Formats: sequence, structure tokens, C-alpha cells
Amino acid sequence: MASKTSKLLTDPLLDNNPVTFQILGVCSSLAVTTQVKTALVMGAALTLVTGCSNLAVSLLRKQIPAKIRMIVELCVIATLVIVADQVLKAMLYDVSKQLSVFVGLIITNCIVMGRAEAFALQNPAGKSFLDGIGNGLGYSMVLVIVSSIRELLGSGTLLGHHILPASYPPNLLMVLPPGAFIVIALLIWFQRTLITKQHQEEA
Amino acid sequence: MKFLLNLHDKLRPLFHKGGKLEKIEPLFDAQDTFLFTPATVTAKGAHVRDALDLKRVMIVVVLALLPCTLFGIWNAGHQYSLINVGAPQGLGADVLRGCRLVLPIIFVSYLVGGLWEVLFACVRRHEINEGFLVTGLLFPLTLPPTTPLWQVAIGISFGVVLGKEVFGGTGMNILNPALTARAFLYFAYPAQMSGNVWTALVKGGQVADGFTGATPLSIVATLPDKVPAIEALQQAGHSFLSMAKGIEAGSIGETSAIACAIGAIVLIVSGIGSWRIMAASVLGLLTGGYLANMMGSPSTMSQLPPYFHLVMGGFAFGAVFMATDPVSAAATNAGKWIYGFLIGLLTIIVRVANPAYPEGVMLAILFMNIMAPLIDNYVVVAHIKRRARRG
Repeated sequence: MASKTSKLLTDPLLDNNPVTFQILGVCSSLAVTTQVKTALVMGAALTLVTGCSNLAVSLLRKQIPAKIRMIVELCVIATLVIVADQVLKAMLYDVSKQLSVFVGLIITNCIVMGRAEAFALQNPAGKSFLDGIGNGLGYSMVLVIVSSIRELLGSGTLLGHHILPASYPPNLLMVLPPGAFIVIALLIWFQRTLITKQHQEEA
Repeated sequence: MKFLLNLHDKLRPLFHKGGKLEKIEPLFDAQDTFLFTPATVTAKGAHVRDALDLKRVMIVVVLALLPCTLFGIWNAGHQYSLINVGAPQGLGADVLRGCRLVLPIIFVSYLVGGLWEVLFACVRRHEINEGFLVTGLLFPLTLPPTTPLWQVAIGISFGVVLGKEVFGGTGMNILNPALTARAFLYFAYPAQMSGNVWTALVKGGQVADGFTGATPLSIVATLPDKVPAIEALQQAGHSFLSMAKGIEAGSIGETSAIACAIGAIVLIVSGIGSWRIMAASVLGLLTGGYLANMMGSPSTMSQLPPYFHLVMGGFAFGAVFMATDPVSAAATNAGKWIYGFLIGLLTIIVRVANPAYPEGVMLAILFMNIMAPLIDNYVVVAHIKRRARRG
């Protein structure tokens, strides 16, 4: 059992990663990954929202009528996102400004809704919470990898610190959204060829 | 030759399955089939084998590119002398200078791109494809002669890996790999690509290694509204004829429309490049030019006589060598007309309507590369419907 619970956390990191394997939440991964800082904040916000929404939906799962379950899930998620947004505005105003609408758009992020639908409605609260956190971490991991590559190549910095010498000519394509597309596509390519071959063979 | 053949016959088993050097078989195979007619025989099915295989096709394209390449080398040296020395240094000196500028770029493009090609061929166990001979030459010809060599290396890597190998290698790519490489550099390092697509400008203080000079296209693009463009061009020393000859600043291979036309004749006579695509893109460009004239917009670019667009910028080069790439272009005859026409039209739209990009050929071709399968699909569907009606 212990191995199974820990799998809830680790599985979404690689084998079943929400971004690179399920191809969910790609829109926000393009938008917030020009800098590591925004990616970290966004990842943290989404992880907490997914964890808590899974927890809440799972606790309510016996009370929610099947026909209106989507609306109820959406209410839970929207409430949590507004809380997250307000907290960010209060605590990290600069980052929150850079993230602009994308915190609000966590409501429509497929990962949150997907986990609530696919997992929390069928599973007990503890497991659902872990599953939400796991998926959020999987998303955050991709965000951090993508944003590190983009910030390093695009501006020669990491978390705002200059890593590459000043003579390094910035690769401006990495700053543009297509740069994120390319980096994510490369990640998916590497993952499919090197790590999760078995998934493709099954499919 | 006999000696070479014997040597190859002796070495061949080493590369076969189970042989010592099995892992690098594609490398051996590449030069084996380059030098000799392969002994491979079609095992079953249709026994139509043409002497014109992919290797011969690609060699003809490289031949067709020679006028552009040679002219580009001389022109690069000529422009260098004009701007850095003040006067042309004579044919020999200019060619020598041009070689020093251009050959390293071509060499790096072939070397780095070739390495990727061999790597993927060995890992995926397919043949090394001669399509690369063309890509590796097309790409440097679309660059300003001042492009830093490391950018050439990054560009061609991007073009070969993400433009072609990701999709499964030659024949499977959606986009033209050489243009993908150029688009990457264009968006990643606009400073070296100078913002004006086909211009070469000095970067930093390195005047000795670079040369300045605006291309005719960027001259027109930066003119204020309602200025007579032809006079302005004449003041800068450009006329229709001089731009057709192409003795002007620009990317290595594209300045001379005449050299491109010679290449076009080679491609059309040998039946390798599609004349439909070339004709259609010229038609599209002229139509777009007339439409822009009639719209009555005050911008100078839109009032340019349509035929001027033919010789300015990289249109001739793009239409002849890039748009006709058989892999990424439309495949049906009707599709080729639509595809080519829209390339010409889009080129004008980008040139006239988008002040950020004076040149639109690259973007137009890449965009139509993506649309090509869709065009083909509708052509085929229409064909089937027509036949069904006939009963």
C-alpha cells in the first residue's frame, strides 16, 4: 500500500506527466515560462489549487449529484483560484502582475478539472489530495525545466542572476512563445524515446 | 575506379549485419552508392526503376544552385571592397575576398548539418540522404555574408533536427528544412539578420569584418509615405536592371534574379523543379503588386510597380529553389498552381502590409508549406467528386 500511495505522487512526475504525456495545460506553460521566477510561482499556485480542489471534490463526492458535478467542481476550483490570486496579489505583487490573467486562468486549466473528474470523484480524500499534489508537481517540474532553458538561452540569466557572460548574445526566439513550443516538444520527444517507451507500445 | 570498386567490395561485408562496423553502415552506404550504381534490385511488385534516383535529383539541384553560389561569392567580395576599401579591387581580388567570406559559412553548414544527418542515419538505421546536399547549400545562400559561423552551426542544426529528422527524415518533413533553419536564426538573432530580412549590416565595432549597405527592399521599406520609390532607388544607385543583375548588398545567393533565372531554367529543363509552382508564384506576386497599387494606400512599398517586386529581395531565389522543394510543396498539379500563387500573393501582403518585415518570401513559403497538404486534399476531393458526377 505504501508503494501505491507514493506512486500517486511520483507517477505524474515522469511516466504520466500531465504536460508532456497527457498534453494538458500547455497554454499556460507557453505563457508563464519566460522566467524561472514566474514559473515557480505559477507551479506552486497550481499545485496547491489542484491538491485542495481534489481534496474538496473528494470529500463532497457522495453529495454531488452526477448531473451537475461539473458545475460543482468548477465552483470549488474557481473559489480556490480566487483565493490563490488574492494571496499572490497581497504577497507577491510584482510576480502576480507578470502572471496577469494566467493565475485566473488556472480555473480553465485542464489538469485541475481533469484530476477532479478522473480521480477525486472515485477516490478517498487522502489519496485524492496526494494525486492532486503529484500532478501539480509534475506540471511545475515541466514549467521549471522549460523556463530554465528559456531564461538561460533567452536572457542568459537564471532567477534573475547572470549565469552566462555578458557577451552572450540572447536567443530572442526563446523569449517568444514559439520558443516554449519548441522546448516542450523537445522534452516530449526525449521523454518518449528515452524514458516511457512502454506507453507508446501499449498504445 | 577499378581499384576503388575492389576496395569497396572487400570492405562491404564489414558493414553488413553482424559485421564489425555495422553501426556506421549508413556512412559506408552513402559513399558506396554515391560512387557506384547500387546492386539493390526490387524484390517484388512493380519493377520500374529509373536511373534518376534521389541522388541524381539532388545533384541537379546543386548544379542549378551553382550560378547563384558563384555569383554570390563574387558579389560578397565586391560589396566588401566597395564599402570597406572604397573601390572594387578587380575580379580576382574580389572573388578571393568573397571566398574568404562565404566558403567558411558553406563549410560549417555542410559539416554541422552533415554530422546530424549521419548521427540520425546511424541511430535510425536509414540511408544518409542526399537531400542534405541541397539543404546544406540552400541555407548558407539565404544568409548575409556577415553571419557569425556559430549562428550558421546553430541554424543548420535546428533546420536538420527540428525541420526534418523529428518528422522522420527526408520525405516526411512538413517544412522546408533550409527555410526552417533561416527562420530560426531570423527570429532568434534579428540583429545579425539585421531586421531587414536580406540585409547585411555591421554589428558592433567590427567594421573590418563586416560591411554595411541597405538592400533595395529595405530602402523602399524605410521611405516615408508618398515618396516616388523609383527615384529614391535611383539615388541609391539601383534600377530595375541593376537589381536583376544583383550587384548589391543582400544575402549571399539571392541578390541576382538573373542567376536565379539560370537555375530555374536548369530545374525546368531537367524536369526537377516544378515550372507550375514558379510560374504561379510569379503570377501571384504580380497580381498582388497590382492589387496593392490599386488599393491606393499612401505607403511607398504598395505603390511600387509590380514587376519591381520580382527582382527585389529574395523572391526569385525563394520561388525557384525553396518553393519547389518536392517534399514540402503541394503535389497535385492544380494544387501547385494554388500553392505557388498564394506564395506570391502572401509575399506582397507581408512586404506591403507589415512594416516589421520588409521581406515576406520566407514567411510566405513556410506558411504555404503548412497549407500544402490541405490544398492537395481539396484538389483530390474535387477530382473524385467530378469523376463521380461523370458517372
